[in-house]
Amino acid sequence: MAYKQRVTAQRRRFYDRFVYVILTIVSLFAIIVLAAVAIFLFINSYPAFFLVNQWQFFTGTTWDPTNPIEPLFGMLPLLVATLVVTFISALIAIPIGLGATIYLSEIAHPRVRKVMKPAIEVLAGIPSVVLGFFALTVFAKFMWEAFYPDWRPDDYLNLFNGAVFLAVMMVPIIVSLSEDAMNSVPRSLKEASLALGMTRWETMWKVIIPAARPGIVAAIMLSIGRAVGETMVVVMATGSSPQLTWNPFYSGQPITSTIAIEMGEVAANTAHYHVLFELGLVLFAITFALNFVADYAMKRHAERYQ
Amino acid sequence: MRRKTKERLFFLLFRGCALVVGLALLIIVGYIVFLGIGTLSWEFLTQFPKQRFTEGGIFPAIMGTLYLMALVMIIAVPIGVFTAVYISEYQGSSRFAGWLRVVVNNLAGVPSIVYGLLGLGMLVIFFGWGFSLIASAMTLAFLVLPLIITASREAIQAVPSSLREASLALGTTKWQTIRHHVLPYSLPGILTGVILSLSRAAGETAPILLTGVVLTKSILPQDIWDTFMAMPFQLYALATQTVFEKTKDFQYGTALVLLIMVVLMNLAAIIIRNRYREKYKW
Repeated sequence: MAYKQRVTAQRRRFYDRFVYVILTIVSLFAIIVLAAVAIFLFINSYPAFFLVNQWQFFTGTTWDPTNPIEPLFGMLPLLVATLVVTFISALIAIPIGLGATIYLSEIAHPRVRKVMKPAIEVLAGIPSVVLGFFALTVFAKFMWEAFYPDWRPDDYLNLFNGAVFLAVMMVPIIVSLSEDAMNSVPRSLKEASLALGMTRWETMWKVIIPAARPGIVAAIMLSIGRAVGETMVVVMATGSSPQLTWNPFYSGQPITSTIAIEMGEVAANTAHYHVLFELGLVLFAITFALNFVADYAMKRHAERYQ
Repeated sequence: MRRKTKERLFFLLFRGCALVVGLALLIIVGYIVFLGIGTLSWEFLTQFPKQRFTEGGIFPAIMGTLYLMALVMIIAVPIGVFTAVYISEYQGSSRFAGWLRVVVNNLAGVPSIVYGLLGLGMLVIFFGWGFSLIASAMTLAFLVLPLIITASREAIQAVPSSLREASLALGTTKWQTIRHHVLPYSLPGILTGVILSLSRAAGETAPILLTGVVLTKSILPQDIWDTFMAMPFQLYALATQTVFEKTKDFQYGTALVLLIMVVLMNLAAIIIRNRYREKYKW
């Protein structure tokens, strides 16, 4: 009997060890994927470093990759389009997102909150291609008829169009993340402020928001990263003319939509093909940096309130 | 008095912000339902498209999306859940766990089109899988992996440590404790994360665009190495590459079916999570 118990104990311990090894190996998968993203982007864009003048790639103002005489790979028009849509969508989404967050976490009646929170999650779940479709078939036409008839830009699709729907994608991210940040501020801080005779608004503005600031910054950074990398909304809503313009009411072609549109038509292993991978590398670098900032801010927030 | 007025003013502003968000959701969903409801019929859901997407239905696109979701689930769920278990149960606050967390956060921020490039460069060309269902499914699995890991980790960490300690005190091994006491209690939370991830996979377009989706195909995919049709790509391609007036019924219908599918999955996830929050209050 005792012998048998000892054997099963041994077997169990061995089994435990075995599971540990398997889990360790499986966990490496996430690291491998991230490494693979960097490695394969680099390998596939490496030939572009020689095939295309890199100075021209980063400073060129014309994107005309299919020109039969002299193809031009200047990424500035694409980068500027990405910056314009991201900036405008942030301008729309940050105030609305933060306002809605404050309303949800501090003002709203619990019954309203019970409906509003799932509604925002559903909004977050709407596929970007559906938002892009709505922008293309409904919103763009509405804007065209309502606002532009007097002065006609080149195309009824424009950067502003895309920015509005990027903002629709950003708001749920900002709300859910910054609400977490505001909820993790200790109650005692809030109660102390109210006890000192501050109004609810003053408490919010001078106590809760400053305390939650790193978390809110992280939320904003992550949502901006999402807007920079979003593809389908801009492909469908901003038009496809890679021109260099800072005017949001002209059509443009951000980095993501350039890759999506042109990758399907390009022959493998041409300069154009490798340059598209290099655009992916640029995009990856931008989002990586934004994530890094968000991560840092999040860590500071966590350190404050643990 | 002025302080109170100020407060009221700002509260009004915030209420306005929330109202704008609610209205945006209502308008978008309402419009798509309104435009698409007329096209929905049994025929539309169960037939192949005919006459260049003017007659018939979207059956192969629905099936393609379902196939994708099934494959993504098979690939990403075990890896994601195991990684979450490993991070939270075996590594705790070790440096390796910290690194893994940073890696997962960064993966979550990689744009979907970049995943598409990874799928194209690595799976389609380097591994030689070609444009195929499996290449797309694997790419989407990469994309949802960080979501599953994060959701599972939160669910696992919500299980109180007293439960683990009680189990360990009775002489069980670590894996037995996890298998019989931690995982069952975190299952609803994990399930919520899995459903949300699958709905994300169902709606993603950019990654499959580069790895194997096609607009027309006269048969369903025969195996995982075959190309396939999918709803999000069909919507994108019809909206941007065909004459709007001719295929508009198909566009509205596809958008509505996709939206219904994704919203139902999201609602299911929310309901499961709320139930479980009420059931287990530690």
